Amino acid sequence: MTVVIAVMFTLVAAGAVVVVMTDDPARQAVTLSVFGVLLALLFLSVSAPDVALSQIGVGTAIVPLMVMLTVRKTRRRR
Amino acid sequence: MSRPVRLAMFGLAGGVTAVLLVLAAFALPGFGGSRHPYRDAAVPAAVRHATPNVISSINFDLRGLDTLGEETILLASVVGVVVLLRPAADERVREPRIGGRLLDGTRLFGYLFLPITTTIGLLTVAHGALTPGGGFQGGVVIGTGLHLLYVAGSYRALKRVRHLEVFEYGEALGAGAFACFGVATGLVSGAFLANVLPLGSFGDLFSSGSVLLLNCSVGIEVASGVMVLLAQFLAQDIEVEQAEGAKR
Amino acid sequence: MTVYPYLVAVFVFLVGAFGIVRSRNLIHAVVCLSVAQAGTYLLLVAVGFQWKAPPPVFGSPPTKPTLKVTDPLVQAMALTDVVVSGTVTALLLAIAVQVAKRQDMSDPNELAALRG
Repeated sequence: MTVVIAVMFTLVAAGAVVVVMTDDPARQAVTLSVFGVLLALLFLSVSAPDVALSQIGVGTAIVPLMVMLTVRKTRRRR
Repeated sequence: MSRPVRLAMFGLAGGVTAVLLVLAAFALPGFGGSRHPYRDAAVPAAVRHATPNVISSINFDLRGLDTLGEETILLASVVGVVVLLRPAADERVREPRIGGRLLDGTRLFGYLFLPITTTIGLLTVAHGALTPGGGFQGGVVIGTGLHLLYVAGSYRALKRVRHLEVFEYGEALGAGAFACFGVATGLVSGAFLANVLPLGSFGDLFSSGSVLLLNCSVGIEVASGVMVLLAQFLAQDIEVEQAEGAKR
Repeated sequence: MTVYPYLVAVFVFLVGAFGIVRSRNLIHAVVCLSVAQAGTYLLLVAVGFQWKAPPPVFGSPPTKPTLKVTDPLVQAMALTDVVVSGTVTALLLAIAVQVAKRQDMSDPNELAALRG
């Protein structure tokens, strides 16, 4: 269990770096979604299923979708 | 401020913050330790109120006032998005184009999962006092799940089924019900959002007093909020465009 | 292992803040802010963790309540925060849409003054 938790925290730290270093917001929507899944798995691994549930809904679906729609809206105008 | 200057500023401020936060991290009780005074107070209180999901008990019973605050932030953000993204005077709303081909597999996936996700969402809200989940998570699942109609069918199908006014009223109703319930319990018992309803027996669906009720009101608010938010962004993307000849 | 999770939380928070500072795009800045917020969830959930303790939910399957569970208070804070921060992110994205419409750009470095 210790190993699983340590690996999850490391993955989330790496995921955060990837999301921040992705410069194109359209690609960021995808990396953010993956980061959201990693966070949810981490919450599951530290016995916080309620937090994991809300993270799956918000962090992997709604926020990336809205980022994607915002990118499309602002791109088309140029 | 130019970019190099700003990065240098951040290097300085971020460095100091990092040192302070790391020092603070070493002063915290060790990760995974057994000292949790809040837990020791919250678990017996939740059990006394016949709520097996202690987290729901904290959100909707023990610390209901905080949830009212969170809900108000949610309501304010949704209203802010609606105000910011309404079509401006120099924009017009056009009919969404029909077109684009959809793989049959995608359509099947969408229609198959639409009832499943909606049911899961409703169950998550209803069983919020018993199992992991509750109004916040269930509301999100319902709000996103209904957008499978967009994935499976089309924007028009989504618009036909989704009457936005219903969800705008739902948003207000959810927040209002929470606050009114708080005032009512305040008048009855003298404490805002006190759990005055019959508690029932530990582990039953209809137990835990007001937790079930407040769970549902938050579920309605969050589901409606998600629907309204996504509707605004989708409409911006698909329908609203700059009118020709409008000057910036 | 006793401080590693806290250090990861600090790291994620600072990485998000760094992303906002070096950002060349408003949408990018908003996404970086949500990464910084993730750092706060990590800290909350890490503080409430206890080794070999089950989640603070006694309903599925029905179990006898014990005190040896992960801290429900911090989890309640984190879960409401996840949902509320999602809607606040939506508000910031709406502002980004509006800035792009009115000023025809999305780089915060070019943003001098807001016009109506």
